[in-house]
Amino acid sequence: MRSGRTLKVGNGAGFWGDNLDAPYLLARDGRLDHLTLEYLAELTLSILAHLRSKDPNAGYVTDFLDLLKRLVPLLVDQPGLKVVTNAGGLNASGLARRCGAILADITSPIGVVTGDDVLGRLAEWTRAGVALTHFETGEPIANVADRLVSANAYLGARPIAEALKGGARVVLTGRVADASLTLGPAAAAFDWGWDDWSKLAGASVAGHLIECGAHATGGLWHRWDQVPDLANVGYPIAELHDDGSAVITKPEGTGGIVSVGNVTEQLLYEIDDPTCYRTPDIDVDMSMVDLKEVGPDRVLMTNARGRAPSDFLKVSAVYRDGWTASGMLAVVGRDAEAKARAAGRIVLDRVRRAGFDLADSLVECIGAGDIVPGVVRPESPPFEVVLRVTVRDPRREAVSRFCKELAPLVTAGPPGIAGYASGRPEPRPAFGYFPTLVPKSLVEARVETRPARDWSIG
Amino acid sequence: MAMKMVRLGELAHARSGDKGNTANVGVVANDAASHAWLDTHLTEAVVADFLRPMGIGLVRRYPLPNVQSFNFVIAKALAGGASRSLRLDTQGKALAAALLELQLPAPEGPTS
Repeated sequence: MRSGRTLKVGNGAGFWGDNLDAPYLLARDGRLDHLTLEYLAELTLSILAHLRSKDPNAGYVTDFLDLLKRLVPLLVDQPGLKVVTNAGGLNASGLARRCGAILADITSPIGVVTGDDVLGRLAEWTRAGVALTHFETGEPIANVADRLVSANAYLGARPIAEALKGGARVVLTGRVADASLTLGPAAAAFDWGWDDWSKLAGASVAGHLIECGAHATGGLWHRWDQVPDLANVGYPIAELHDDGSAVITKPEGTGGIVSVGNVTEQLLYEIDDPTCYRTPDIDVDMSMVDLKEVGPDRVLMTNARGRAPSDFLKVSAVYRDGWTASGMLAVVGRDAEAKARAAGRIVLDRVRRAGFDLADSLVECIGAGDIVPGVVRPESPPFEVVLRVTVRDPRREAVSRFCKELAPLVTAGPPGIAGYASGRPEPRPAFGYFPTLVPKSLVEARVETRPARDWSIG
Repeated sequence: MAMKMVRLGELAHARSGDKGNTANVGVVANDAASHAWLDTHLTEAVVADFLRPMGIGLVRRYPLPNVQSFNFVIAKALAGGASRSLRLDTQGKALAAALLELQLPAPEGPTS
Protein backbone atom coordinates (compact mmCIF):
# COMPACT_ATOMS: atom_id res chain seq x y z
CA MET A 1 0.00 0.00 0.00
CA ARG A 2 1.05 3.52 -0.73
CA SER A 3 1.52 5.67 2.32
CA GLY A 4 0.06 9.12 2.65
CA ARG A 5 -3.17 10.70 1.73
CA THR A 6 -5.38 9.99 -1.26
CA LEU A 7 -7.40 12.83 -2.76
CA LYS A 8 -10.60 11.75 -4.49
CA VAL A 9 -11.74 13.96 -7.36
CA GLY A 10 -14.81 12.88 -9.31
CA ASN A 11 -16.04 14.47 -12.52
CA GLY A 12 -19.81 14.51 -12.89
CA ALA A 13 -20.19 16.32 -16.23
CA GLY A 14 -18.20 16.19 -19.45
CA PHE A 15 -20.14 18.87 -21.31
CA TRP A 16 -23.23 21.06 -20.96
CA GLY A 17 -25.98 18.63 -21.78
CA ASP A 18 -24.47 15.61 -20.02
CA ASN A 19 -26.44 13.26 -17.74
CA LEU A 20 -28.36 15.39 -15.21
CA ASP A 21 -28.30 12.82 -12.38
CA ALA A 22 -24.66 11.75 -12.72
CA PRO A 23 -23.06 14.50 -10.62
CA TYR A 24 -25.56 14.08 -7.79
CA LEU A 25 -25.11 10.30 -7.71
CA LEU A 26 -21.33 10.62 -7.95
CA ALA A 27 -21.25 13.02 -5.00
CA ARG A 28 -23.67 10.85 -3.02
CA ASP A 29 -21.87 7.54 -3.60
CA GLY A 30 -18.30 8.50 -4.42
CA ARG A 31 -17.07 9.69 -0.99
CA LEU A 32 -15.32 12.51 -2.86
CA ASP A 33 -13.10 15.30 -1.71
CA HIS A 34 -13.93 17.30 -4.83
CA LEU A 35 -16.74 17.09 -7.35
CA THR A 36 -15.77 18.71 -10.64
CA LEU A 37 -18.09 19.64 -13.51
CA GLU A 38 -16.75 20.48 -16.95
CA TYR A 39 -19.36 22.28 -19.05
CA LEU A 40 -17.55 24.37 -21.65
CA ALA A 41 -16.87 22.86 -25.07
CA GLU A 42 -15.16 25.03 -27.68
CA LEU A 43 -18.40 26.61 -28.84
CA THR A 44 -20.38 26.63 -25.58
CA LEU A 45 -19.28 30.15 -24.81
CA SER A 46 -20.82 31.35 -28.08
CA ILE A 47 -24.18 30.00 -26.90
CA LEU A 48 -23.68 31.77 -23.57
CA ALA A 49 -22.74 34.98 -25.41
CA HIS A 50 -25.96 34.72 -27.40
CA LEU A 51 -27.96 34.34 -24.15
CA ARG A 52 -26.11 37.21 -22.49
CA SER A 53 -26.86 39.48 -25.44
CA LYS A 54 -30.55 39.06 -24.59
CA ASP A 55 -30.09 39.30 -20.80
CA PRO A 56 -27.01 40.87 -19.17
CA ASN A 57 -27.58 38.73 -16.05
CA ALA A 58 -27.28 35.51 -18.09
CA GLY A 59 -24.12 33.95 -19.51
CA TYR A 60 -23.54 31.03 -17.13
CA VAL A 61 -24.54 27.36 -17.23
CA THR A 62 -28.04 27.36 -15.75
CA ASP A 63 -28.11 23.57 -15.23
CA PHE A 64 -25.61 24.02 -12.44
CA LEU A 65 -28.15 25.86 -10.26
CA ASP A 66 -30.56 22.91 -10.33
CA LEU A 67 -27.69 20.60 -9.47
CA LEU A 68 -26.46 22.76 -6.62
CA LYS A 69 -29.91 22.72 -5.03
CA ARG A 70 -29.80 18.92 -5.05
CA LEU A 71 -26.26 18.96 -3.65
CA VAL A 72 -27.11 21.07 -0.57
CA PRO A 73 -28.00 18.10 1.70
CA LEU A 74 -24.81 16.32 0.58
CA LEU A 75 -22.72 19.39 1.36
CA VAL A 76 -24.26 19.32 4.84
CA ASP A 77 -23.67 15.57 5.33
CA GLN A 78 -20.15 15.58 3.86
CA PRO A 79 -18.24 18.47 5.41
CA GLY A 80 -15.16 17.67 3.30
CA LEU A 81 -16.92 17.81 -0.06
CA LYS A 82 -16.05 20.69 -2.35
CA VAL A 83 -17.32 21.58 -5.82
CA VAL A 84 -15.16 22.97 -8.63
CA THR A 85 -16.73 23.91 -11.96
CA ASN A 86 -16.36 26.12 -15.01
CA ALA A 87 -20.14 26.68 -15.00
CA GLY A 88 -19.46 30.40 -14.62
CA GLY A 89 -19.04 30.64 -18.39
CA LEU A 90 -19.07 34.34 -19.28
CA ASN A 91 -20.56 35.47 -15.99
CA ALA A 92 -19.09 33.63 -13.00
CA SER A 93 -19.98 36.49 -10.65
CA GLY A 94 -23.60 36.39 -11.80
CA LEU A 95 -23.66 32.66 -11.14
CA ALA A 96 -22.08 33.21 -7.71
CA ARG A 97 -24.93 35.55 -6.75
CA ARG A 98 -27.48 32.86 -7.62
CA CYS A 99 -25.41 30.17 -5.86
CA GLY A 100 -25.02 32.44 -2.85
CA ALA A 101 -28.78 32.44 -2.36
CA ILE A 102 -28.86 28.63 -2.54
CA LEU A 103 -25.95 28.15 -0.10
CA ALA A 104 -26.64 31.07 2.26
CA ASP A 105 -28.02 28.86 5.03
CA ILE A 106 -25.05 26.49 5.15
CA THR A 107 -22.42 29.25 5.26
CA SER A 108 -20.28 27.86 2.47
CA PRO A 109 -17.69 30.22 1.06
CA ILE A 110 -17.82 30.60 -2.73
CA GLY A 111 -14.66 31.33 -4.69
CA VAL A 112 -14.98 33.04 -8.06
CA VAL A 113 -12.23 32.99 -10.67
CA THR A 114 -12.38 35.67 -13.36
CA GLY A 115 -10.00 37.33 -15.76
CA ASP A 116 -10.46 34.85 -18.62
CA ASP A 117 -12.86 37.13 -20.50
CA VAL A 118 -10.55 39.20 -22.72
CA LEU A 119 -13.03 40.32 -25.38
CA GLY A 120 -12.81 43.94 -24.22
CA ARG A 121 -9.02 43.93 -24.41
CA LEU A 122 -8.38 42.63 -27.93
CA ALA A 123 -8.59 46.05 -29.58
CA GLU A 124 -6.08 47.55 -27.15
CA TRP A 125 -3.72 44.58 -27.63
CA THR A 126 -3.98 44.86 -31.40
CA ARG A 127 -3.16 48.58 -31.21
CA ALA A 128 -0.18 47.72 -29.00
CA GLY A 129 1.13 45.43 -31.73
CA VAL A 130 0.28 42.02 -30.23
CA ALA A 131 -0.07 39.65 -33.21
CA LEU A 132 -3.37 37.82 -32.75
CA THR A 133 -3.45 35.28 -35.54
CA HIS A 134 -5.55 32.13 -35.95
CA PHE A 135 -3.20 29.36 -34.94
CA GLU A 136 -4.40 26.92 -37.58
CA THR A 137 -4.78 29.27 -40.55
CA GLY A 138 -2.59 32.29 -39.73
CA GLU A 139 -5.49 34.65 -40.49
CA PRO A 140 -5.33 37.96 -38.52
CA ILE A 141 -8.09 38.62 -35.99
CA ALA A 142 -8.77 41.96 -37.72
CA ASN A 143 -10.72 39.95 -40.33
CA VAL A 144 -13.39 39.08 -37.79
CA ALA A 145 -12.89 41.75 -35.12
CA ASP A 146 -16.19 43.53 -35.80
CA ARG A 147 -18.14 40.28 -35.43
CA LEU A 148 -16.60 38.86 -32.23
CA VAL A 149 -19.04 37.70 -29.56
CA SER A 150 -16.62 36.18 -27.05
CA ALA A 151 -12.89 35.80 -26.44
CA ASN A 152 -11.65 33.85 -23.44
CA ALA A 153 -8.18 32.94 -22.30
CA TYR A 154 -7.68 29.48 -20.84
CA LEU A 155 -6.75 30.07 -17.22
CA GLY A 156 -4.99 27.36 -15.26
CA ALA A 157 -5.07 25.60 -11.92
CA ARG A 158 -3.43 28.28 -9.80
CA PRO A 159 -6.46 30.50 -9.22
CA ILE A 160 -8.54 27.40 -8.43
CA ALA A 161 -5.95 26.26 -5.88
CA GLU A 162 -5.85 29.76 -4.43
CA ALA A 163 -9.63 29.82 -3.97
CA LEU A 164 -9.58 26.40 -2.29
CA LYS A 165 -6.74 27.41 0.01
CA GLY A 166 -8.77 30.51 0.81
CA GLY A 167 -11.53 28.27 2.16
CA ALA A 168 -13.91 28.06 -0.80
CA ARG A 169 -16.26 25.08 -0.81
CA VAL A 170 -17.60 25.95 -4.23
CA VAL A 171 -15.25 27.33 -6.88
CA LEU A 172 -16.83 28.90 -9.97
CA THR A 173 -14.72 29.70 -13.00
CA GLY A 174 -15.19 30.75 -16.59
CA ARG A 175 -12.82 29.31 -19.19
CA VAL A 176 -10.06 27.22 -17.65
CA ALA A 177 -8.13 24.31 -19.13
CA ASP A 178 -10.19 21.16 -18.53
CA ALA A 179 -7.38 19.42 -16.64
CA SER A 180 -7.07 22.42 -14.31
CA LEU A 181 -10.34 21.46 -12.61
CA THR A 182 -8.47 18.45 -11.20
CA LEU A 183 -4.95 19.90 -10.94
CA GLY A 184 -6.18 22.87 -8.87
CA PRO A 185 -7.61 20.71 -6.07
CA ALA A 186 -4.57 18.38 -6.11
CA ALA A 187 -2.03 21.20 -6.01
CA ALA A 188 -3.92 22.81 -3.12
CA ALA A 189 -4.41 19.61 -1.13
CA PHE A 190 -0.82 18.35 -1.49
CA ASP A 191 0.66 21.83 -1.36
CA TRP A 192 2.73 21.16 -4.47
CA GLY A 193 5.09 23.74 -5.87
CA TRP A 194 4.30 25.02 -9.35
CA ASP A 195 7.55 23.46 -10.53
CA ASP A 196 6.92 19.95 -9.12
CA TRP A 197 6.65 18.92 -12.75
CA SER A 198 6.10 15.18 -12.44
CA LYS A 199 3.41 15.67 -9.78
CA LEU A 200 1.65 18.44 -11.70
CA ALA A 201 1.88 16.26 -14.81
CA GLY A 202 0.29 13.29 -13.08
CA ALA A 203 -2.69 15.25 -11.78
CA SER A 204 -3.08 16.91 -15.19
CA VAL A 205 -3.23 13.52 -16.91
CA ALA A 206 -5.72 12.31 -14.29
CA GLY A 207 -7.81 15.41 -14.98
CA HIS A 208 -7.63 14.72 -18.71
CA LEU A 209 -8.76 11.12 -18.09
CA ILE A 210 -11.90 12.12 -16.15
CA GLU A 211 -12.79 15.39 -17.90
CA CYS A 212 -15.19 13.73 -20.35
CA GLY A 213 -17.23 11.91 -17.72
CA ALA A 214 -18.36 8.45 -18.78
CA HIS A 215 -15.73 8.34 -21.54
CA ALA A 216 -13.48 6.86 -18.83
CA THR A 217 -16.01 4.43 -17.41
CA GLY A 218 -17.40 2.52 -20.36
CA GLY A 219 -18.93 5.13 -22.65
CA LEU A 220 -17.83 4.69 -26.29
CA TRP A 221 -16.15 1.39 -25.38
CA HIS A 222 -15.80 -0.75 -28.50
CA ARG A 223 -17.15 -3.83 -26.73
CA TRP A 224 -20.28 -1.81 -25.96
CA ASP A 225 -22.41 -4.95 -25.86
CA GLN A 226 -20.32 -6.29 -22.96
CA VAL A 227 -20.41 -3.16 -20.78
CA PRO A 228 -22.71 -3.81 -17.81
CA ASP A 229 -25.65 -1.47 -17.20
CA LEU A 230 -24.68 1.61 -19.22
CA ALA A 231 -28.01 3.19 -18.24
CA ASN A 232 -26.63 3.43 -14.71
CA VAL A 233 -23.04 4.18 -15.74
CA GLY A 234 -20.84 5.41 -12.89
CA TYR A 235 -18.93 8.62 -13.52
CA PRO A 236 -15.17 8.66 -13.07
CA ILE A 237 -13.14 9.25 -9.94
CA ALA A 238 -9.41 9.97 -9.85
CA GLU A 239 -7.79 8.89 -6.61
CA LEU A 240 -4.76 11.15 -6.63
CA HIS A 241 -1.55 10.49 -4.73
CA ASP A 242 1.11 12.90 -3.56
CA ASP A 243 3.65 11.41 -5.99
CA GLY A 244 1.51 12.34 -9.03
CA SER A 245 0.18 8.86 -9.71
CA ALA A 246 -3.57 8.23 -9.67
CA VAL A 247 -6.10 5.40 -9.74
CA ILE A 248 -9.03 5.89 -12.11
CA THR A 249 -12.19 4.23 -10.81
CA LYS A 250 -15.96 4.72 -10.33
CA PRO A 251 -18.41 4.33 -7.44
CA GLU A 252 -19.21 0.76 -6.40
CA GLY A 253 -22.50 -0.65 -7.57
CA THR A 254 -22.69 1.46 -10.71
CA GLY A 255 -22.71 0.33 -14.34
CA GLY A 256 -19.92 0.73 -16.84
CA ILE A 257 -16.35 -0.50 -16.81
CA VAL A 258 -12.92 0.93 -16.02
CA SER A 259 -10.20 -1.01 -17.81
CA VAL A 260 -6.75 -0.35 -19.24
CA GLY A 261 -8.38 -0.46 -22.68
CA ASN A 262 -10.96 2.27 -22.19
CA VAL A 263 -8.70 4.43 -20.04
CA THR A 264 -6.09 4.21 -22.83
CA GLU A 265 -8.68 5.35 -25.38
CA GLN A 266 -9.43 8.32 -23.16
CA LEU A 267 -5.73 9.08 -22.66
CA LEU A 268 -5.53 9.60 -26.43
CA TYR A 269 -8.83 11.47 -26.72
CA GLU A 270 -8.55 14.83 -28.48
CA ILE A 271 -4.82 15.19 -27.94
CA ASP A 272 -2.19 16.29 -30.41
CA ASP A 273 1.47 15.50 -29.78
CA PRO A 274 1.46 13.35 -26.59
CA THR A 275 4.93 14.60 -25.65
CA CYS A 276 3.52 18.12 -25.39
CA TYR A 277 -0.02 18.34 -24.02
CA ARG A 278 -0.15 22.04 -23.34
CA THR A 279 -1.88 23.53 -20.32
CA PRO A 280 -1.43 26.97 -18.74
CA ASP A 281 0.56 25.46 -15.85
CA ILE A 282 2.65 22.75 -17.48
CA ASP A 283 3.51 21.12 -20.80
CA VAL A 284 2.69 17.51 -20.04
CA ASP A 285 4.51 14.58 -21.62
CA MET A 286 2.08 11.66 -21.57
CA SER A 287 3.93 9.62 -24.19
CA MET A 288 5.44 7.24 -21.62
CA VAL A 289 2.42 6.97 -19.30
CA ASP A 290 1.82 3.50 -17.89
CA LEU A 291 -1.62 2.09 -17.13
CA LYS A 292 -2.15 -1.04 -15.04
CA GLU A 293 -5.22 -2.77 -13.65
CA VAL A 294 -4.89 -2.93 -9.86
CA GLY A 295 -8.37 -4.23 -9.02
CA PRO A 296 -11.88 -4.51 -10.45
CA ASP A 297 -12.66 -1.20 -12.20
CA ARG A 298 -9.40 0.26 -10.91
CA VAL A 299 -6.61 1.44 -13.26
CA LEU A 300 -3.38 2.91 -11.93
CA MET A 301 -1.78 5.68 -14.01
CA THR A 302 1.92 6.41 -13.48
CA ASN A 303 4.88 7.93 -15.24
CA ALA A 304 3.48 11.22 -16.48
CA ARG A 305 6.18 13.82 -16.96
CA GLY A 306 6.20 17.53 -17.54
CA ARG A 307 8.12 20.71 -18.01
CA ALA A 308 7.59 24.45 -17.82
CA PRO A 309 4.81 25.74 -20.06
CA SER A 310 5.19 28.29 -22.82
CA ASP A 311 4.86 32.01 -22.15
CA PHE A 312 1.59 32.11 -24.08
CA LEU A 313 -2.00 31.36 -23.19
CA LYS A 314 -4.54 29.99 -25.62
CA VAL A 315 -7.46 32.30 -26.28
CA SER A 316 -10.64 30.98 -27.89
CA ALA A 317 -12.56 33.65 -29.71
CA VAL A 318 -15.94 33.17 -31.35
CA TYR A 319 -17.44 35.40 -34.02
CA ARG A 320 -20.81 35.68 -35.75
CA ASP A 321 -20.64 33.97 -39.10
CA GLY A 322 -24.02 34.47 -40.73
CA TRP A 323 -26.90 32.03 -40.55
CA THR A 324 -27.29 28.32 -40.96
CA ALA A 325 -30.09 25.75 -41.17
CA SER A 326 -30.37 22.06 -41.78
CA GLY A 327 -33.27 19.83 -42.76
CA MET A 328 -33.68 16.08 -43.02
CA LEU A 329 -36.11 13.81 -44.88
CA ALA A 330 -36.18 10.05 -45.28
CA VAL A 331 -35.96 8.69 -48.84
CA VAL A 332 -37.09 5.12 -49.38
CA GLY A 333 -37.03 2.65 -52.25
CA ARG A 334 -34.83 1.37 -55.01
CA ASP A 335 -32.31 4.01 -56.01
CA ALA A 336 -32.89 5.71 -52.65
CA GLU A 337 -29.46 7.34 -52.79
CA ALA A 338 -29.89 8.69 -56.33
CA LYS A 339 -33.36 10.00 -55.47
CA ALA A 340 -32.06 11.68 -52.34
CA ARG A 341 -29.21 13.39 -54.19
CA ALA A 342 -31.62 14.58 -56.88
CA ALA A 343 -34.00 15.91 -54.22
CA GLY A 344 -31.15 17.80 -52.59
CA ARG A 345 -30.24 19.39 -55.92
CA ILE A 346 -33.88 20.37 -56.47
CA VAL A 347 -34.05 22.17 -53.11
CA LEU A 348 -30.85 24.13 -53.75
CA ASP A 349 -31.91 24.91 -57.31
CA ARG A 350 -35.21 26.30 -56.08
CA VAL A 351 -33.44 28.55 -53.57
CA ARG A 352 -31.29 29.81 -56.46
CA ARG A 353 -34.38 30.49 -58.60
CA ALA A 354 -35.79 32.49 -55.70
CA GLY A 355 -32.80 34.78 -56.08
CA PHE A 356 -30.39 33.49 -53.46
CA ASP A 357 -26.97 32.12 -54.36
CA LEU A 358 -26.10 30.49 -51.06
CA ALA A 359 -22.56 31.01 -49.77
CA ASP A 360 -22.26 27.35 -48.77
CA SER A 361 -24.41 24.26 -48.95
CA LEU A 362 -24.05 20.51 -48.49
CA VAL A 363 -26.21 17.54 -49.48
CA GLU A 364 -25.61 14.37 -47.47
CA CYS A 365 -27.15 10.92 -47.89
CA ILE A 366 -26.99 9.37 -44.47
CA GLY A 367 -26.85 5.60 -44.97
CA ALA A 368 -24.92 5.83 -48.22
CA GLY A 369 -21.50 6.52 -46.72
CA ASP A 370 -21.64 10.30 -46.31
CA ILE A 371 -20.89 10.66 -42.58
CA VAL A 372 -17.20 9.97 -43.19
CA PRO A 373 -17.54 10.99 -46.81
CA GLY A 374 -16.03 8.75 -49.43
CA VAL A 375 -14.10 6.55 -47.02
CA VAL A 376 -16.39 3.58 -46.37
CA ARG A 377 -19.24 2.76 -48.74
CA PRO A 378 -22.15 0.43 -47.87
CA GLU A 379 -21.67 -3.05 -49.32
CA SER A 380 -24.96 -2.96 -51.22
CA PRO A 381 -27.18 -0.07 -52.35
CA PRO A 382 -29.23 1.09 -49.34
CA PHE A 383 -33.02 0.72 -49.63
CA GLU A 384 -33.48 3.79 -47.45
CA VAL A 385 -31.35 6.83 -46.67
CA VAL A 386 -31.78 10.09 -44.82
CA LEU A 387 -31.38 13.17 -46.99
CA ARG A 388 -29.78 15.99 -45.05
CA VAL A 389 -29.41 19.41 -46.67
CA THR A 390 -27.47 22.09 -44.80
CA VAL A 391 -26.75 25.68 -45.81
CA ARG A 392 -24.97 28.74 -44.53
CA ASP A 393 -25.18 32.31 -45.77
CA PRO A 394 -24.56 35.80 -44.40
CA ARG A 395 -28.19 36.70 -45.17
CA ARG A 396 -30.88 35.45 -42.84
CA GLU A 397 -33.48 35.77 -45.59
CA ALA A 398 -31.51 33.44 -47.85
CA VAL A 399 -31.41 30.78 -45.14
CA SER A 400 -35.11 31.37 -44.37
CA ARG A 401 -35.95 30.75 -47.99
CA PHE A 402 -34.06 27.47 -47.90
CA CYS A 403 -36.07 26.45 -44.84
CA LYS A 404 -39.26 26.81 -46.91
CA GLU A 405 -38.06 24.76 -49.86
CA LEU A 406 -37.80 21.34 -48.16
CA ALA A 407 -41.52 20.68 -47.67
CA PRO A 408 -42.52 20.96 -51.33
CA LEU A 409 -40.34 17.91 -52.03
CA VAL A 410 -42.97 15.76 -50.35
CA THR A 411 -45.37 16.39 -53.25
CA ALA A 412 -43.10 17.65 -56.01
CA GLY A 413 -39.97 15.53 -55.64
CA PRO A 414 -39.11 11.93 -56.38
CA PRO A 415 -41.43 9.28 -54.84
CA GLY A 416 -40.79 7.70 -51.46
CA ILE A 417 -39.97 10.81 -49.43
CA ALA A 418 -41.20 10.60 -45.83
CA GLY A 419 -40.78 12.24 -42.49
CA TYR A 420 -42.01 15.77 -42.89
CA ALA A 421 -43.87 15.80 -39.58
CA SER A 422 -41.66 18.12 -37.58
CA GLY A 423 -42.23 21.18 -39.74
CA ARG A 424 -39.84 23.64 -41.31
CA PRO A 425 -36.32 23.97 -39.98
CA GLU A 426 -35.42 27.34 -38.45
CA PRO A 427 -32.46 29.57 -39.33
CA ARG A 428 -29.90 29.59 -36.51
CA PRO A 429 -27.01 32.00 -36.00
CA ALA A 430 -23.73 30.42 -37.15
CA PHE A 431 -20.49 31.03 -35.30
CA GLY A 432 -16.87 30.89 -36.36
CA TYR A 433 -14.13 29.71 -34.03
CA PHE A 434 -10.89 31.65 -33.80
CA PRO A 435 -8.18 30.17 -31.53
CA THR A 436 -5.13 32.32 -30.95
CA LEU A 437 -2.29 32.84 -28.47
CA VAL A 438 -1.54 35.81 -26.21
CA PRO A 439 1.46 36.50 -24.00
CA LYS A 440 0.69 35.23 -20.50
CA SER A 441 1.77 38.52 -18.96
CA LEU A 442 -1.27 40.24 -20.50
CA VAL A 443 -3.82 38.05 -18.72
CA GLU A 444 -4.42 38.33 -15.01
CA ALA A 445 -6.56 35.79 -13.17
CA ARG A 446 -8.57 37.20 -10.27
CA VAL A 447 -9.84 35.21 -7.31
CA GLU A 448 -12.51 36.39 -4.94
CA THR A 449 -13.63 34.16 -2.06
CA ARG A 450 -16.49 35.30 0.15
CA PRO A 451 -19.19 33.66 2.30
CA ALA A 452 -22.18 32.54 0.27
CA ARG A 453 -24.45 35.01 1.99
CA ASP A 454 -22.24 37.90 0.90
CA TRP A 455 -22.47 36.80 -2.73
CA SER A 456 -26.24 36.58 -2.55
CA ILE A 457 -26.40 40.18 -1.35
CA GLY A 458 -23.67 41.46 -3.66
CA MET B 1 -1.57 -15.49 -54.74
CA ALA B 2 -3.36 -12.48 -53.23
CA MET B 3 -2.01 -11.22 -49.92
CA LYS B 4 -4.19 -12.10 -46.95
CA MET B 5 -5.73 -8.95 -45.47
CA VAL B 6 -7.20 -8.04 -42.09
CA ARG B 7 -9.43 -5.22 -40.84
CA LEU B 8 -7.67 -2.80 -38.51
CA GLY B 9 -10.61 -3.43 -36.16
CA GLU B 10 -9.42 -7.03 -35.73
CA LEU B 11 -6.10 -5.83 -34.30
CA ALA B 12 -7.03 -2.66 -32.44
CA HIS B 13 -9.75 -0.38 -31.10
CA ALA B 14 -9.97 3.38 -31.44
CA ARG B 15 -11.56 6.67 -30.35
CA SER B 16 -11.72 9.91 -32.31
CA GLY B 17 -12.45 13.56 -31.68
CA ASP B 18 -11.71 17.11 -32.78
CA LYS B 19 -9.69 20.24 -32.09
CA GLY B 20 -10.83 22.96 -34.45
CA ASN B 21 -10.51 21.68 -38.00
CA THR B 22 -8.06 18.95 -36.94
CA ALA B 23 -9.22 15.50 -35.88
CA ASN B 24 -7.38 12.81 -34.02
CA VAL B 25 -7.83 9.06 -33.86
CA GLY B 26 -6.25 7.19 -30.96
CA VAL B 27 -5.57 3.61 -32.06
CA VAL B 28 -5.00 1.07 -29.25
CA ALA B 29 -3.56 -2.33 -30.18
CA ASN B 30 -5.32 -5.37 -28.73
CA ASP B 31 -2.06 -7.01 -27.64
CA ALA B 32 1.73 -6.79 -27.95
CA ALA B 33 1.89 -8.76 -31.19
CA SER B 34 -0.72 -6.54 -32.84
CA HIS B 35 1.11 -3.48 -31.55
CA ALA B 36 4.35 -4.59 -33.18
CA TRP B 37 2.54 -5.36 -36.43
CA LEU B 38 0.80 -1.97 -36.47
CA ASP B 39 4.09 -0.23 -35.73
CA THR B 40 5.30 -1.49 -39.09
CA HIS B 41 2.12 -1.42 -41.14
CA LEU B 42 -0.15 1.33 -39.81
CA THR B 43 1.92 4.20 -41.14
CA GLU B 44 1.03 7.83 -41.67
CA ALA B 45 0.91 7.16 -45.42
CA VAL B 46 -1.51 4.22 -45.08
CA VAL B 47 -3.88 6.21 -42.89
CA ALA B 48 -3.65 9.27 -45.13
CA ASP B 49 -4.42 7.18 -48.25
CA PHE B 50 -7.45 5.64 -46.55
CA LEU B 51 -8.93 8.95 -45.41
CA ARG B 52 -7.94 10.97 -48.48
CA PRO B 53 -11.44 10.89 -50.10
CA MET B 54 -12.74 13.13 -47.31
CA GLY B 55 -10.28 15.84 -48.30
CA ILE B 56 -7.80 15.72 -45.42
CA GLY B 57 -4.45 17.45 -44.99
CA LEU B 58 -1.30 16.17 -43.34
CA VAL B 59 -1.42 13.05 -41.13
CA ARG B 60 1.03 12.68 -38.23
CA ARG B 61 1.54 9.58 -36.09
CA TYR B 62 2.74 9.70 -32.47
CA PRO B 63 3.61 6.55 -30.51
CA LEU B 64 2.62 5.85 -26.89
CA PRO B 65 4.55 2.58 -26.51
CA ASN B 66 3.69 1.77 -22.88
CA VAL B 67 -0.01 1.63 -23.69
CA GLN B 68 0.53 -0.02 -27.10
CA SER B 69 -1.03 2.89 -28.92
CA PHE B 70 -0.61 5.42 -31.69
CA ASN B 71 -2.17 8.84 -31.94
CA PHE B 72 -3.02 9.93 -35.48
CA VAL B 73 -3.50 13.67 -35.89
CA ILE B 74 -5.30 14.52 -39.12
CA ALA B 75 -5.28 18.08 -40.39
CA LYS B 76 -8.26 19.52 -42.26
CA ALA B 77 -10.38 16.50 -41.47
CA LEU B 78 -13.59 18.29 -40.58
CA ALA B 79 -14.45 20.60 -43.48
CA GLY B 80 -13.96 23.66 -41.30
CA GLY B 81 -14.50 22.22 -37.81
CA ALA B 82 -17.32 22.24 -35.31
CA SER B 83 -18.40 25.81 -35.99
CA ARG B 84 -18.01 26.09 -39.77
CA SER B 85 -18.53 22.62 -41.13
CA LEU B 86 -21.90 21.82 -42.62
CA ARG B 87 -21.37 18.09 -42.13
CA LEU B 88 -23.47 16.01 -39.76
CA ASP B 89 -20.32 14.81 -37.99
CA THR B 90 -18.57 18.12 -37.44
CA GLN B 91 -16.58 16.73 -34.52
CA GLY B 92 -14.95 13.67 -36.05
CA LYS B 93 -16.78 11.29 -33.72
CA ALA B 94 -17.29 8.78 -36.53
CA LEU B 95 -13.70 8.76 -37.82
CA ALA B 96 -12.54 6.02 -35.45
CA ALA B 97 -15.27 3.64 -36.58
CA ALA B 98 -14.37 4.34 -40.20
CA LEU B 99 -10.63 3.91 -39.69
CA LEU B 100 -11.16 0.48 -38.10
CA GLU B 101 -12.39 -0.67 -41.54
CA LEU B 102 -8.94 -0.05 -43.04
CA GLN B 103 -7.52 -3.23 -44.57
CA LEU B 104 -3.95 -4.15 -43.69
CA PRO B 105 -1.80 -7.12 -44.66
CA ALA B 106 -2.66 -9.84 -42.13
CA PRO B 107 -0.07 -10.91 -39.58
CA GLU B 108 0.94 -14.51 -40.13
CA GLY B 109 -0.91 -16.79 -37.76
CA PRO B 110 0.85 -19.42 -35.70
CA THR B 111 2.04 -22.19 -38.02
CA SER B 112 0.98 -25.60 -36.87
